[in-house]
Amino acid sequence: MEFIQSLLAAMQDAVAQGVLWSIMTLGVYITFRVLDFADLTVDGSFATGGIISAMLVSHSVSPMLALLAALLGGMLCGFVTGFLHTKLEIPGILASILTMIALYSINLRISNFASNVPLLGVSTIFDQFGSVLKGVGSNVISLIIGLLFVVVIISVLYWFFGTEMGSSIRATGDNEYMVRALGVNTNTMKIIGLVLSNGLVGLSGALVAQNQHFGDVGMGTGTIVIGLASVIIGEVLMGHRFSFAYKLASVVVGSIIYRVMIAVVLQLGLKSSDLKLLTALLVAIALSIPVMKRKLFTKVKPAESEEEPND
Amino acid sequence: MIELKNVSKTFNANTINEKRALVNLNLTIESGDFITVIGGNGAGKSTMLNLIAGVFPCDSGKIMLDGEDLTRLPEYRRAKLLGRVFQDPMRGTAADMGIDENLAMAYRRGKSRGFRWGIRREERDLYREKLKTLELGLEDRLTSKVGLLSGGQRQALTLLMATLQKPKLLLLDEHTAALDPKTARKVLELTDEIISRDHLTTLMVTHNMRDAIRLGNRLIMMDEGRIILDIKGEEKKNLQVKDLLELFEKASGSAMDNDRMLLS
Repeated sequence: MEFIQSLLAAMQDAVAQGVLWSIMTLGVYITFRVLDFADLTVDGSFATGGIISAMLVSHSVSPMLALLAALLGGMLCGFVTGFLHTKLEIPGILASILTMIALYSINLRISNFASNVPLLGVSTIFDQFGSVLKGVGSNVISLIIGLLFVVVIISVLYWFFGTEMGSSIRATGDNEYMVRALGVNTNTMKIIGLVLSNGLVGLSGALVAQNQHFGDVGMGTGTIVIGLASVIIGEVLMGHRFSFAYKLASVVVGSIIYRVMIAVVLQLGLKSSDLKLLTALLVAIALSIPVMKRKLFTKVKPAESEEEPND
Repeated sequence: MIELKNVSKTFNANTINEKRALVNLNLTIESGDFITVIGGNGAGKSTMLNLIAGVFPCDSGKIMLDGEDLTRLPEYRRAKLLGRVFQDPMRGTAADMGIDENLAMAYRRGKSRGFRWGIRREERDLYREKLKTLELGLEDRLTSKVGLLSGGQRQALTLLMATLQKPKLLLLDEHTAALDPKTARKVLELTDEIISRDHLTTLMVTHNMRDAIRLGNRLIMMDEGRIILDIKGEEKKNLQVKDLLELFEKASGSAMDNDRMLLS
């Protein structure tokens, strides 16, 4: 009974966290699924968003303004990766690693060389909202704010990816040869996608920092893997079909389920330091499912065809 | 009018794999020309098309289209002038997007793409009408993903996309080579129909000598990065496959080495 109770309490927190982190996951979805680009920048830009917003709020800047600054900061990170990749032709994954590493130093500059920026005695967007809705639990407040942001962001993304420019970005991720042959500058499309994605990641980091009342230069480590895990969980649970809005919503669901799964294994006695291993395993398994299906379940007909299919 | 002046391209220059793909090539394409291009393996046919399209830059020379110098324009900026269909059916369409979305991308070729909605309602009627002319029943599957279509259907769709906005030059790079014979014939018929209906200036690479003779008003044959034969008008109409082989041997000093070409 006690176990169930503490599990339920942990669940509430997990759902709220899942929604706040899902904004990052939406960003990862844009690069990983729409642009087909494994963007490790997010490990840096998540912390950049968190640190920017923590620094600004601790210097009494309005929390909402701090979120906006984090969004812009994240966008800038995405632009740098896009520039390295498209204009300087550095392979995508390497370009994003370079930005990620550089951001570690930059984040320490922003935080004035403090590895941790506490938010004590100042009010975050969650405190402000809580003082309006008195008597509502802090988890519920986090959830409401998180959902408000998610709804607005999904609406904007749905609109944007339906426009001419958004369609061109989707097509670039699908077949960039075609898109160039049809007169679109695919480099610009990739940069816009990366800017948009990392803007969301920075915003998510800022919300998480304000929610936990501190920003930390290490808070971004492993973000990309968490994002991938969430995207994949969402797809497995909700399926690939239906509209773009549905796909975005399934990403959010994936992020929440991810947090719930983490909460459960923590309740079962795993240490929080084991989580990164667990997440990596989860992603490795999920990504290898198609390969394993092929290797385990396709029977090779003996001696009938001479040539192996080479795909 | 399209002019290639002294165009050269060498791949892997100064290495053991150096390949002189085009050597001081000169070609003038008049408006309304439908030119078929044949040649052996590695003759430079695809390189010529890719240089015109701007997939890679020329080492030297100039490419002019109606007086406009294209030589330094990036691929995506030349696209407003060119329609292209590739050998690989996967190349010309976006598999995860709908037929209508693909057509909408093509409909905006060469135009700026902003924050207007990606497909407007009245466009769909236009697309349905255009798809009907393919006679493949695609007009009833407007929102189907292109990935569900067969190779032939995808090539027909790519052809439609390439000509949806009338291009100043249509580039067809062995666009039927990856299809089975029956489908290839159908796509080729369609190609001829669209070209004569819209009076498109066309450069079509093919490995089929009979098609090269049958279609178009001009035939060029390439070998080792050069144009070795350029046959037009009456002379082309009376051409036979065996004449072509003889002409090739005389011009290049060796026998035709393109197996696909000889077998088809």
